[in-house]
Amino acid sequence: MNMNIEIIAFGIAKDILKGKSVQLDLPAGETVSGVKKRLITEFPDFQSLASLQLAVNAEYVDDSYVLNENDEVVLIPPVSGG
Amino acid sequence: MTLTKNELIRYNRQIILPDFGVEGQEKLKAASVLIIGAGGLGAPNLQYLTAAGVGRIGVVDFDQVSLTNLQRQVLFTTQEVGTNKAATAVSKLKELNPETVFEVYEAQLSAENAMDIIARYDLVVDGSDNLPTRYLVNDACLFLEKPLIYGAIFRFEGQVSVFNELQVDGSRGPNYRDLFPTPPPPDMVPSCSEGGVFGVLPGIVGSMQANEAIKVITGMGNTLSGRLLLFDSLDFTSRFLNVRSNPQNPVSGSNPTITGLIDYEAFCAGPVVEEKALQSVSVRDFHESLSRYFVLDVREPYEYEISNLGGLNIPLGELSERLAEIPHKGEVVVHCKSGARSARAIRLLEKEGYTNLLNLEGGILAWQKEIDSDMAVY
Repeated sequence: MNMNIEIIAFGIAKDILKGKSVQLDLPAGETVSGVKKRLITEFPDFQSLASLQLAVNAEYVDDSYVLNENDEVVLIPPVSGG
Repeated sequence: MTLTKNELIRYNRQIILPDFGVEGQEKLKAASVLIIGAGGLGAPNLQYLTAAGVGRIGVVDFDQVSLTNLQRQVLFTTQEVGTNKAATAVSKLKELNPETVFEVYEAQLSAENAMDIIARYDLVVDGSDNLPTRYLVNDACLFLEKPLIYGAIFRFEGQVSVFNELQVDGSRGPNYRDLFPTPPPPDMVPSCSEGGVFGVLPGIVGSMQANEAIKVITGMGNTLSGRLLLFDSLDFTSRFLNVRSNPQNPVSGSNPTITGLIDYEAFCAGPVVEEKALQSVSVRDFHESLSRYFVLDVREPYEYEISNLGGLNIPLGELSERLAEIPHKGEVVVHCKSGARSARAIRLLEKEGYTNLLNLEGGILAWQKEIDSDMAVY
């Protein structure tokens, strides 16, 4: 069983994912860490952002977090402008 | 702090607000706020906090007003280009509200001066424009137990939160290092001058910071402590993310490993990459033997139009399709505005087999500074 996960990008992550969001088809039980590996495979430049913490359904989570179908993953790099 | 009759009139429209009252106004008068940066975010904070009647306001900015600031930093005028931002801002704010006491720091906030300056205030507003300063301000506020109003902008997006606020249970709310434990590589964090910024955005985000600063001081409402606001002005969407204190936080976690300010430039430059260092040339050496180099300018054509060094202009994005125009023999100096894009261009060209490339250190900006001060910069 696979699940569909939406990744929403902010800041420079939009440039790397080439858009505001991408849909990933992932095996059931995939972790945040697995999502990061998959993003690096599909978007090699994502390597630079792999240390970022991701938010799932509006909560910051760590890399061991297990995702569920229709979870919304948000990718927020720091921005520095002022 | 008792209010004068004049103050009771000046602040009447907020004193009559439910939850605010004379008590709220007295808290503002007794409060001191430090604003880091008098730029896009700093200016609306300065204006609203001055107007609202904060008793003492400090402002830190070493930088001067530039023509490229005026598209968004609406506190300044064309005539003020070249003047110090902090001093110029304060001269106007004194006219706005003579009741407020101002303190100007025409200096760059650093690990050497941050503790002394921040210690003198109750609350800090971060309107800085670079990552090392953001970590510096965060850590200093943690060590000194000061609440920090965070705001940052990029293109059409803003982030706002309240860090290190005292909670009802006596603990402190999450902070910048809970959000971003590890800084990404510098080229992943473009500044306004590199990434661009929508002019209205700092007005919106800075005003939201001022809103939170007044609430933290007066104790009204619910602040953004523990929440990060992400605002997108292009689609007009906002999103709130819940932030938790991370027990692994190196400054505020359960086993702190950082107990004093560190070298933030080095921290944000990241671990030394094992990549082969780029060959480079300084603008002075380049200037002395101009004729021996082929010059490649990887900026956009509109930038070339503002000022150029007479090189061949191929924007970074078109490079891989226009390799035939770049010679493999002789020395090729590659440049952009500051040296970052040209470094990327060289990495790209090296993969295509080029071995004759030199990066111009500091790009057009260094050239303007050291060789030709009449050159237009942007």
